[in-house]
Amino acid sequence: MSEIVLKGIPAAPGIAYGPSFILDKGEFIVPKHSISSSEVDSEIARFEEAINNARREIHALKAKITQDMGTAHAQIFDAHLLVLQDTTLINQVTSGIRETKSSAEYVFFTVTKKFVEAFGKMPDEYLRERASDVNDISKRVLKHLMDESKLHDLDSLQDDLIIVAHDLSPSDAVSMYNKKIKGFLTDIGGRTSHTAIIAKSLGVPAVVGLKDATLRINNQDPVIIDGQKGLVIINPSTETKELYIKEKNKITASLEKLDDLKDLPAQTLDGKHIFIMANLELSSEIPVVGKYGAEGVGLYRTEFLFMNRLDLPSEEEQYQAYAQVARSVAPFVVTIRTLDIGGDKFISSVQIPKDMTPFLGCRAIRFCLDRPDIFKTQLRAILRASVHGRIQMMYPMISGLGELRQANSILNQVKASLRDEKVPFDEHLKVGIMIEVPSAVMTAEALARETDFFSIGTNDLIQYTLAVDRVNEKTAHLYEPAHPAVLKMIQKTIDAGHNEGILVALCGEMASDPMLAYLLLGMGIDEFSMSAASILTIKRMVRSVKLQDAQRTAYDAMQLLTGQEVEEFVNAQLRRFLPN
Amino acid sequence: MSKIEKDLTVDNKKGLHARPAAIFVGLVEKFDVTVTLARGTEVVNAKSIMGILMLGAVEGTVLKITVDGNEAEAAMAEFEKFFKKQEEELGL
Repeated sequence: MSEIVLKGIPAAPGIAYGPSFILDKGEFIVPKHSISSSEVDSEIARFEEAINNARREIHALKAKITQDMGTAHAQIFDAHLLVLQDTTLINQVTSGIRETKSSAEYVFFTVTKKFVEAFGKMPDEYLRERASDVNDISKRVLKHLMDESKLHDLDSLQDDLIIVAHDLSPSDAVSMYNKKIKGFLTDIGGRTSHTAIIAKSLGVPAVVGLKDATLRINNQDPVIIDGQKGLVIINPSTETKELYIKEKNKITASLEKLDDLKDLPAQTLDGKHIFIMANLELSSEIPVVGKYGAEGVGLYRTEFLFMNRLDLPSEEEQYQAYAQVARSVAPFVVTIRTLDIGGDKFISSVQIPKDMTPFLGCRAIRFCLDRPDIFKTQLRAILRASVHGRIQMMYPMISGLGELRQANSILNQVKASLRDEKVPFDEHLKVGIMIEVPSAVMTAEALARETDFFSIGTNDLIQYTLAVDRVNEKTAHLYEPAHPAVLKMIQKTIDAGHNEGILVALCGEMASDPMLAYLLLGMGIDEFSMSAASILTIKRMVRSVKLQDAQRTAYDAMQLLTGQEVEEFVNAQLRRFLPN
Repeated sequence: MSKIEKDLTVDNKKGLHARPAAIFVGLVEKFDVTVTLARGTEVVNAKSIMGILMLGAVEGTVLKITVDGNEAEAAMAEFEKFFKKQEEELGL
């Protein structure tokens, strides 16, 4: 088989090699299991039994439909029954089990999938829809062959796979956390899609925006991911593999060198200390924070507590989760961001109307102010947890002073009732806001007077400033972190915060790029928060430069007119101190 | 023993989709014959519903039908009638 190279958008660095696994949304996940020669007969028997069980079900269903709705409606079941005794289909499955020594469900799934695909391609619409009949039958049989609970969830995924998907939803991503996954490839998405965030926190490479990767890659194809260049190599040749083994060794060696920095402070050569903190999604990631020497958590995304479940997490459950993070990260601080759903993040327990433009719709703080019941429960849990460590919190997507005051007044109500109930909490808990909407930047002075800190969320700020949908691969090239307009937004926020004497942090993917981080350092950011895996790279940058030089570079960069000029200029400046 | 071959046109406006195909397979099984359907170079066993569906036969498609066996003539007469029928006439 010849080598095929696909080019996409690099979303998480690193190099990985492994078999692919196509994750079809809404489809069954049927893992490939090998069987031994002695198991072939029992596997075929198992397949036949599943077919018989499915037939019995269809007979029963047919009888019921005939009775309820008449013979004509039940006729489709005759077709289904015929499919289940179809010699073409059955022979292909039994000989497939014998020849490929794979499990019955896998062979059956591949055979029916082939039929489904063939029907799906038929020019006649009516025939094309027969694909769904076969799908239906296929699922019915698979239910008898597999443990039903495993049909739709990702638990049946094997380790060491490269996941190929059209897109990964945040909730898919969460279920990947406990898996040993080698990398991610998706058809859509940009640099800051959830796939990128998840891949970075797992420390595996990802390439997104590949357009048709799910069509061009087959299950179990050997695949190399080059997360640096955004390349995917399907069926790599021996030479290509050797090339990448060398490259991977080089990366591993430089990462090992970085490990020595873990316990050293993030301090510039001229003595300026910068806080480098970690972004956190799940409490199971806490060990990672220590592993990379983070000085706290700058962004704890609470929405993941709310995902992949049908009910809302109770106050007690949230309290336990926040308290655990606070205790584990102490003596460092944990910055809890209140619920940020809507946009591209949804939860099953609450019906959120689909907005025409979801990123401009009822998301984040807007959703919380609309649902004070959910908001208050979360605030109570955060406040109660605050006695177990150092907690501060922030509201996402504040767009003006009105919203901030409204949120704070709900917070004050919650505090008052806790005091009445004599429930202890940290009376000095700091409350900040995320700056991610241009209107917040333009009114930053006023906001700074009524809040304890700013945290600039660059992923959204860039999206809103440049009017670029960050999950649309077609506009990915317009998503420019170094765009002069974005830099001016950030500078204005920093200046407003500092004028009012509050700390200005930044928690976005921008912070994990050494070149951009150098620029931001010069612009006056006090604190960075990023995927834990990027911390040591940024710490190395900080320890190699002088604040004074960074300031001059930032000043000059701010005079440039395009994002590309800025990048080239800052890169050239940084290379003087940091050769790679 | 005899073997007959004929070109038949699908008259059913909705084509040879799952339910008519199921009826056709039932018809084939009534006779002591071996039947194949061919569309161009693609030949399928007429007792296989999946095979028939894979032919993707819509209204107007011409299929070459080959009937082999003791009851070939009687069977072919029935098949010709079947191919002329619309949905309603098939009781669908």
